[in-house]
Amino acid sequence: MSHVLSQTARLAPTVLPERRFGLRLPLLLLLAFVAVPLLGSDYWLGAILVPFLVLSLAGLGLNLLTGYAGQTSLGSGGFMAVGAFATFGFVVHGGVPLPLAVLFAGLVTAGAGLLFGLPSDRIKGFYLMVSSLAAQFFFEWLFQKFPWFYNYGSSGTITLPRLEAFGYDIGTAVGRYYVTLTVVVLLTWIAVNLVRSQTGRSWMAVRDMDTAAAVIGIRVYRSKVLAFAVSSFYLGVAGALWAFLYLGSASVQSFGISRSFQILFIIIIGGMGSIAGNFIGAAFISLLPLAIDHLAQAFFAGHVDAGLLQNIQKALFGVLIIGFLIKEPDGLARLFRTLGERLSSWPLRF
Amino acid sequence: MKRLVLTALLAASVATTALVPPAAFADSKEQYVPLPTYRVGPYASSGTLWWAGTLDYFRYINEVEGGVNGVKLKVEEFETEWSPDRTVEVYERVKNGKDGAPVAFFFTHGTPASYALIEKGAADKIPLIDPAGGRTESTDGTVFPYAFPLLFNYFSQASVGINYIAQKEGGFDKLKGKKIVTVYHDSAYGRETQAAVELLAKKYGFENFQIPVADPGNEQSPQWRQVREIKPDWVFLRTWGVSTPVAIKTAQRFGIPADRIIGDVWAGSEADVIPAGTAAKGYQALAPYPGGAGFEIHDRLRKTILDTGKSDLRDTKFFGAVYYNIGLINAVLAVEALRAGQAKFGNKPLNGEEGRWGFEHLTIDDARLKEIGFYGLLQPIKLTPADHEGGGAARIQQWDGDKWVLVTDWIQADRDTLRPLVEAKAAAYAKEHNITPRSPTAEN
Repeated sequence: MSHVLSQTARLAPTVLPERRFGLRLPLLLLLAFVAVPLLGSDYWLGAILVPFLVLSLAGLGLNLLTGYAGQTSLGSGGFMAVGAFATFGFVVHGGVPLPLAVLFAGLVTAGAGLLFGLPSDRIKGFYLMVSSLAAQFFFEWLFQKFPWFYNYGSSGTITLPRLEAFGYDIGTAVGRYYVTLTVVVLLTWIAVNLVRSQTGRSWMAVRDMDTAAAVIGIRVYRSKVLAFAVSSFYLGVAGALWAFLYLGSASVQSFGISRSFQILFIIIIGGMGSIAGNFIGAAFISLLPLAIDHLAQAFFAGHVDAGLLQNIQKALFGVLIIGFLIKEPDGLARLFRTLGERLSSWPLRF
Repeated sequence: MKRLVLTALLAASVATTALVPPAAFADSKEQYVPLPTYRVGPYASSGTLWWAGTLDYFRYINEVEGGVNGVKLKVEEFETEWSPDRTVEVYERVKNGKDGAPVAFFFTHGTPASYALIEKGAADKIPLIDPAGGRTESTDGTVFPYAFPLLFNYFSQASVGINYIAQKEGGFDKLKGKKIVTVYHDSAYGRETQAAVELLAKKYGFENFQIPVADPGNEQSPQWRQVREIKPDWVFLRTWGVSTPVAIKTAQRFGIPADRIIGDVWAGSEADVIPAGTAAKGYQALAPYPGGAGFEIHDRLRKTILDTGKSDLRDTKFFGAVYYNIGLINAVLAVEALRAGQAKFGNKPLNGEEGRWGFEHLTIDDARLKEIGFYGLLQPIKLTPADHEGGGAARIQQWDGDKWVLVTDWIQADRDTLRPLVEAKAAAYAKEHNITPRSPTAEN
């Protein structure tokens, strides 16, 4: 962990990269908003792309905190739970319409994140990670213990009556995809600007060396706490989307410690301190097991013992992760960038 | 090189999934049966036996009986690690059938997954089957047409537990003033029975204590100290996974005799008592899925599947284990429901709507049980469009230190008392979700 962190630390940009999107960004958006819904089936939209986008968003949230501001956290699952349960609370107890409820839930989560960010004044690194672990377990306990949070249902599961936004039914796969995509694009755009703003630069300064940052007049504590709040806002929104747009219903078990690890892996594999890295990491974490599963079903089903096959898939996934991290400790985002640079200079060299 | 491998993998997967067009259903002579399973992860040890039972029975139907009235079952497994997220993905992947073979039902294999899918199933018209689990109020089929907490829902589990205690005490009037403690796994599963026990406590006048054990339940001294202070007459143990053997051992340490503890369905397998060692001797458990390999169906399977090396069991000593029998029973329920559906729609693969009709008209009486070799292993069951449970009975089995011994015949739950509770919850759900309950009498 610390090795990876220090690696990233060396990467702090001294010069901001130029905007070199050119035509690529509009093309990507066109692809996502027009081509994909036209070509994709319900399965692809609802069961693959929606969770992929939500996990990317969650990764983005954690990356702002860990990759940019340098504060480690294992409470991501807990904050996602806050987002989901707060959304449910606003809709059921408060009668707030869904889009607004998600926004409010994000703010509530930001508040919660702020609270659990307070210890970052005094503790750092692994110790901070442990205190964020407390957030994870606290929220799991909270949403299980008090039935008010799940409206006194017998099983502690939350479900929203009907998915509606601005009078439109968004319960279909296409609807859910569009809503998720819009939210993710919007929040990513904000994040891109945020990390280039003064706030983002302060975060990076704090990450690289907080003493130096304090010397040049950056309010270190304020930066850290703000990072916790913003990161939690993203995680809260991601939690709400995960619960209601992907799963349809959720309980605390959907946001357990393994979810926190999953999100941490997304940013480690994708690349810390990188926006695109979250998407690449989420793709790797959520799509690769499916790809392996599909392949296994297509080629080996019936020939190999099913239990063995599953375990082989697990092992293969682990080997790939290790392989990538050895090849490029700074994550896949870095790997792709290097590849792109190599490809752009003629003659091609590998 | 690694990049190439990855790209190839991804590309191949896209090609295999995206390019297979959904064919018309009418062509296929097969019934597609997708199974979300968990051979990996924390619950793998029970899962492996469960799928072995299910697969062995389906194999028996396909290879020995030539399919369900000639319709072969095309079974496919999908690993989920018991994660509802993965189950949702699997459901979306399989709901339209495969190569023209339609889906008539979807086993959710887990209460959280049942909850997550309940609205999707209703929208896609795919019956969601979750025997001895699921959302209790979905027993009311007028509000939940596509959810089936088949066989033995959580309220029935509570009720059979209480009925058995009454039987041991010598009548319901003897329950008055008795202290019954429920030690439960603090999760959706653990809490589901609370409303039912509360109602029964009022009806029979016993004192109801509920003591939660947080997941995973590796350490339970505080809970059992509390139990000892209460000095209960009976303890109803509703734990799951590792918390069951720990509970049994801790109870012994606090001087609570094992034969005063009644475990429920998911705390009553070999895996729950063997780790507890001698402390478990005398421990009883509800058994809608009794253990043992001495039933008629086991003889048939032994002859045709086990001895011919076709069994999915890696180690045949688990033949007849509780989890193996769970797999068998779930499989036979599905097969019999298909038969019921075929009786109306013809001997062909059924789609989700026809599958639902089949389940809603599933009737297995003693005569039929004897025919299919499940007499004593499975209770007689009769579903209706309004009643998606259909059974509601369990036998009691007792651990003699070596194996499970069945000590009673089927004990029926007091379903009439609990039905209003189910209906009230279903009505609340219907109101929340704007559902008009269907009237089954108006349909045929």
